[in-house]
Amino acid sequence: MSQKNNKLIDKKGLRLDGRKPDELRPIKIEVGILSNADGSAYIEQGKNKILAAIYGPKEVHPKHLALPDRMILRCRYHMAPFSVQERKSPAPSRREIELSKVIREALEPAIFLEYYPRTSIDVFVEVLQADGGTRCASITAAALALADAGIPMKDLVAACAAGKVDDTIVLDLMDTEDKIGKADVPVALMPNLNAITLLQMDGILSLEEFEKAVNLALEGCRKIYAMQKEALKAKYVNVKEVEE
Amino acid sequence: MPTYFERRQIVTPGDLIAEGDYVAGENTYKENNKIYASRIGLVEYENKKVNVVALRAFYIPRVGDTVIGTVVEIGFNGWMVDISAPYQAILRASNVLSRPFRPQKDDLSQVLDVGDLVVAKIVSYDRTRNPQLSVGEPGLGKVTRGQIMKITPTKIPRVIGRKGSMISMIKQETGCHILLGLNGVILITGKSLEDERLAMMAIRKIEEESHTRGLTDRITQMIREEKGKKGGEK
Amino acid sequence: MSSMTTRVKQKQIAQLIAKGKRLDGRTLTEYREINVEQGIIERAEGSARVLLGKTEVMVGTKIEIGQPFSDTPNEGVLTVNAELVPLASPTFEPGPPDENSIELARVVDRGIRESKAIDFEKLCIEPGKKVFVVFIDIYVLNHDGNLIDASALAALAALLNTKMPNYEIEDGEVKIKSGYTPLPIKKYPITVTFAKINDKLVVDPWLEEEQVMEARLSMTISNDGNICAIQKGGSGYFAPKQVLEAAKIAKEKGEEIRKKLNW
Repeated sequence: MSQKNNKLIDKKGLRLDGRKPDELRPIKIEVGILSNADGSAYIEQGKNKILAAIYGPKEVHPKHLALPDRMILRCRYHMAPFSVQERKSPAPSRREIELSKVIREALEPAIFLEYYPRTSIDVFVEVLQADGGTRCASITAAALALADAGIPMKDLVAACAAGKVDDTIVLDLMDTEDKIGKADVPVALMPNLNAITLLQMDGILSLEEFEKAVNLALEGCRKIYAMQKEALKAKYVNVKEVEE
Repeated sequence: MPTYFERRQIVTPGDLIAEGDYVAGENTYKENNKIYASRIGLVEYENKKVNVVALRAFYIPRVGDTVIGTVVEIGFNGWMVDISAPYQAILRASNVLSRPFRPQKDDLSQVLDVGDLVVAKIVSYDRTRNPQLSVGEPGLGKVTRGQIMKITPTKIPRVIGRKGSMISMIKQETGCHILLGLNGVILITGKSLEDERLAMMAIRKIEEESHTRGLTDRITQMIREEKGKKGGEK
Repeated sequence: MSSMTTRVKQKQIAQLIAKGKRLDGRTLTEYREINVEQGIIERAEGSARVLLGKTEVMVGTKIEIGQPFSDTPNEGVLTVNAELVPLASPTFEPGPPDENSIELARVVDRGIRESKAIDFEKLCIEPGKKVFVVFIDIYVLNHDGNLIDASALAALAALLNTKMPNYEIEDGEVKIKSGYTPLPIKKYPITVTFAKINDKLVVDPWLEEEQVMEARLSMTISNDGNICAIQKGGSGYFAPKQVLEAAKIAKEKGEEIRKKLNW
């Protein structure tokens, strides 16, 4: 992250897209949009457009990967070639392989893996358009897809990044802020259990700034959690009145 | 010992439903004396037991259940059957042939081939081994005609209705024979494709509106209207 | 599998940690013995071997002339790769890098890159055209836990030992001259890894502790006391206060290691 540009926040304290430092980008979430998948969700966060789908639980193929005492979660995070300015090769990059791993590890704590031994759940995430913070938005969508697939879960997982641009700690960095800002701290949270399931950081932060960034990110996660619940319930909007 | 949701309120995974001296029932879990939801669904209290009636779930085999499955693999002495559950089910050749299986002489694909549908009962299942099926009862065995549809297995009771009221109404109105697999797979056989389509349409509507009031009346009305339309065209 | 810890031992490890003790006698925030040797591979531009208890990691650096990235025309290029060599553990398989080796390489890369350990502008030969490319190759030789810290330490030790060729430009051509210049190093990032076991944080987990741990947290601290990289791993979680506690311990541990190694 370079420090050339000190113009990411204007005199009024507003960001390039007019947001206040602690403000999220507009978020739109839809659940259950792919008919073939066992569960699915779609999220738009700023210009991010991301699809998540779940297949399973089902028997593991190849069979030798199956575990006798729990199910395995597999995750593939992938960016469409047209999702970024310059065409991205469709072959999985090292970044995508790492993100697939950390996204999986952010979702695993939320799932009762021991319920269905010898099975697997596949999580597929496709980034259709990227605008910074795709790993967090992917986790937010994938957690909803899991719930939509009827997978027993301890909690949903909501994710959001905080970071430092110019000299301010800000919430939910968009691409430009991520690229020329000073630090990025993606966080995933199981809000009801107050458990952090993803934490990464790059850039430079003092201990005090780090604490501030983590707390701001957690606040963002809680706001996103409320939206997740609304999106999940919206699918069952006609379930208000119940027949005896 | 507070509860945080009223009966039949909708909850999502992680929602704290009750605290204190409660028992975690279906689709809930207990941690630090607190009961949380583990699936999206509707809260039900049963004395001290907290249940969530899941709106989304998949089929978990139970001994005695009648299910409808698809043959996906022919093995050495039987078939693997996809029953829309996390585990594939085993159907042994000796069970289908109702006599000892002779590996040298019997060609299993002549009996049941990959892609064939079977109605079967689950005779054993314990999570460490795959469920086993049996077709050794009247009404079970290979499906030769009709339409197949799949719904969320938790909605099957709704399709049956109170004391079977919903399903017998659909059968009566459409003239179709309807077999409900508890794994959410439904077989519909009628006199014509039109009748079968009508029954499928009705079941799809039940799945979508499963928790609303006055459903039986609305379904009856829908079927009659559709029948009227068809009659008018002729 | 010889590397599998028995259930009895796993239980023992977890129970001791609950009491603030460890099976090998260390305190919860104590590192194993650290041994750093530099300049062990003559063919490499820089090299180091780190022993962290029984974990052994070798790092070799190579320097080549290449093209800069278009968004940083005045800066050299860093490439980090990690090999989990099959001879190091029965769990390592030959073949292309898996997610574990990719994660290891990227965590080490982030620590060096984000702390600005290397003065990349001094690696520029001709802006936009020619720069020095630094290759860091991590070779895990024996896996007894905490590969991240051992690899990050070995990578920094190798960088400190790396020599850049002297050159001059004649008619637009780069000509390598005799003699070497040390690679310009500005910062000394140290990575400190925690395992969460029985809801407690332990520093520098060895292999058997890693087999018991619920989750892992690695924090890279620069010598100015700032955090420059973090990576959570494993299928468990951390409480928010544990994360902040870890950052404080990591800062202390980073200082301690730098002092011990006179960096």
